[in-house]
Amino acid sequence: MSAEPLLSVRSLSVDFSTYGRVSHVLRDVSLDVPARRHVALVGESGCGKSVTMKAIMGILAQPPARIVGGEIRFDGRDLLQVRGGEWDAWRGTAMSMVFQDPMTSLNPVFTIGDQMETILKYADRRLGRRRDRRGRLDRVYEVLAQVRMPDPERIAKSYPIMLSGGMRQRVLIAMALLTEPRLLIADEPGTALDVTTQAQILKLLRDLVEERGLALLMITHNLGLVREAADFVYVMYAGAVVERGPAVEIFARPSHPYTRALFDCVPKLSGETTFKGIDGSLPDYGAPPPGCRFAPRCPLAVAMCNRSPDERPVGPNHSAACWRLEEAVA
Amino acid sequence: MEFLYFLIRRLLWSLLVLFGLSIVIFVIARVMPGDPARLALGPRASQEQVDDLKANMGLDKPLVEQYQHFIVGLSRGDLGLSFLTKRPVNDDIAETFAATLELVLATISIAFLLGIPLGVVAAAKKDGGADNLVRFGAILGAVTPSFLLALLLQVLAGYELHVLPTTGRLSPDFPFHPDITGLVTIDALLKGNPAALIDGLKHLLLPSLALSAATVGQIARITRSSMIDVAKQDYIEAGRAFGIPDHVRIFKYMLRPAFVPPMTILGLEFASLLGNAFVVELVFAWPGMASYGVRSILQKDLNAVMGVVMISGLFFVVANLVIDVLVGFVDPRVRIQGGQG
Repeated sequence: MSAEPLLSVRSLSVDFSTYGRVSHVLRDVSLDVPARRHVALVGESGCGKSVTMKAIMGILAQPPARIVGGEIRFDGRDLLQVRGGEWDAWRGTAMSMVFQDPMTSLNPVFTIGDQMETILKYADRRLGRRRDRRGRLDRVYEVLAQVRMPDPERIAKSYPIMLSGGMRQRVLIAMALLTEPRLLIADEPGTALDVTTQAQILKLLRDLVEERGLALLMITHNLGLVREAADFVYVMYAGAVVERGPAVEIFARPSHPYTRALFDCVPKLSGETTFKGIDGSLPDYGAPPPGCRFAPRCPLAVAMCNRSPDERPVGPNHSAACWRLEEAVA
Repeated sequence: MEFLYFLIRRLLWSLLVLFGLSIVIFVIARVMPGDPARLALGPRASQEQVDDLKANMGLDKPLVEQYQHFIVGLSRGDLGLSFLTKRPVNDDIAETFAATLELVLATISIAFLLGIPLGVVAAAKKDGGADNLVRFGAILGAVTPSFLLALLLQVLAGYELHVLPTTGRLSPDFPFHPDITGLVTIDALLKGNPAALIDGLKHLLLPSLALSAATVGQIARITRSSMIDVAKQDYIEAGRAFGIPDHVRIFKYMLRPAFVPPMTILGLEFASLLGNAFVVELVFAWPGMASYGVRSILQKDLNAVMGVVMISGLFFVVANLVIDVLVGFVDPRVRIQGGQG
């Protein structure tokens, strides 16, 4: 990772104002997604994964949200600084998104083909590309075939309700691929599906990364998914990245107390029959703990944890933001 | 296919309801105080004359037998004679129904043309000035009795400003007779008579405005909440992430799914529209069925009452069936799954 990665987020901070109260939701989030890499952002519900993703896509509703600092660099340019319609031009073209819930992310009253063709129509317009409806539909069929859908023309004529969950998820991926994006952001891909279908969806995404050189940022709370699919992992807690490293490294040597606690939450086939949870809950974003945000729930917390921890190296390319790393790993 | 079964099931249920309606109204009309024969003949008629008429009309027979007679007539499409006009009820209704239908259809058109855009604007500017104005207007429209509005409009537009006619369906002596569908505007269009169309529309405007106030408000409110609800759906946010412009998201992706609740509400509105129409018809001297119906109730013109009630019921059923088909057209979920169950 010598040259600048395709997507590079630097110290991104986001506040939310609701009813006159300010919540500091994201704090100094940094992450990199290079081309041909599958990067996972892991964390529990409410940790700020979706806010990060929406900020990158530029679909954060502002207000209530406000980006208070940082950079979102895409292909060498800071999206937060670009003028006027340039980000709009990127959105849904060079970067695209696979939505989480195949049951609710498709408009129920239009056919798949209509919805996909409309996306293409406005993408073409933004890119100043000329193509008639026939041409756009051909591209729709092509992409539907790419996500291994049998009989694309029939699928295009279908309404979402006529398709199974797995097929709808494929349609959502096809939608994201329509404009040949270089960055794909996938929000909890396949969570709403059964395990077998989910495995197929993941396989499909991995193939896309390998065959088309996509950069894939996957957002998930499912560690099993990460272990199977991701190259690089960011662990997020309460709006901050607490640990980062290659997937193999993180699974071999989880270092931050939160990461370790998270792994302990995964039920195992052998050994104990019950699994541990993490006591307590996410902090109040309106008045977060002054230093490490995990401190109130951390079994190793000491007075020093009232100061923001630095990122400290654990291994090659692997680091964690914790004052008590030595004790945690011990 | 499912959808067809759904429609057929709905139709059969509706027929059952109409049958029930006929029994209830038949009995109520006959147990109400007042002697229909006496009312028809006036206070100076002798008792024999009254008894004669009663026998003539079959009113001296047991209730069940009378009902049988009515149903047999109805199955042949014969609603009997009116005591009052001494003409077949069929003819009376045929003459008056078209006028009421035209009024109600115009009202619905206004309700949709005004209500839907107002609702969309209110939803787009949620909690803003326009939204508050629409919501206030909707409540005002709902609480203003239609007779009051009818009189206000008549006084203002008719007598003060002299811009619109205040009574009837066409200007007196206007050489036009709606003899195709019975609807002045439609027939004028069919016959290619622009002068009649304009005259008819002018006469139609005030009564249908007066009648539509409450419905415009209803439709606007339902559209507003339905749009706000749809705006929260994942697929709307997805559209944004795919770079689909706002106007397409609002007017295509949001409006179409949001269209179903106002349509369904409209089906229920038909009943109160017909009810309110009679007041408006009286104020504007509109020769419609509603005023005919009220007159027959007050005069205990039994056959006419039954006729008006059955035609209104049938109208309600057909209107709702049409709405079901339209909803199925707008929302494929209804079409494919055959309604919600």
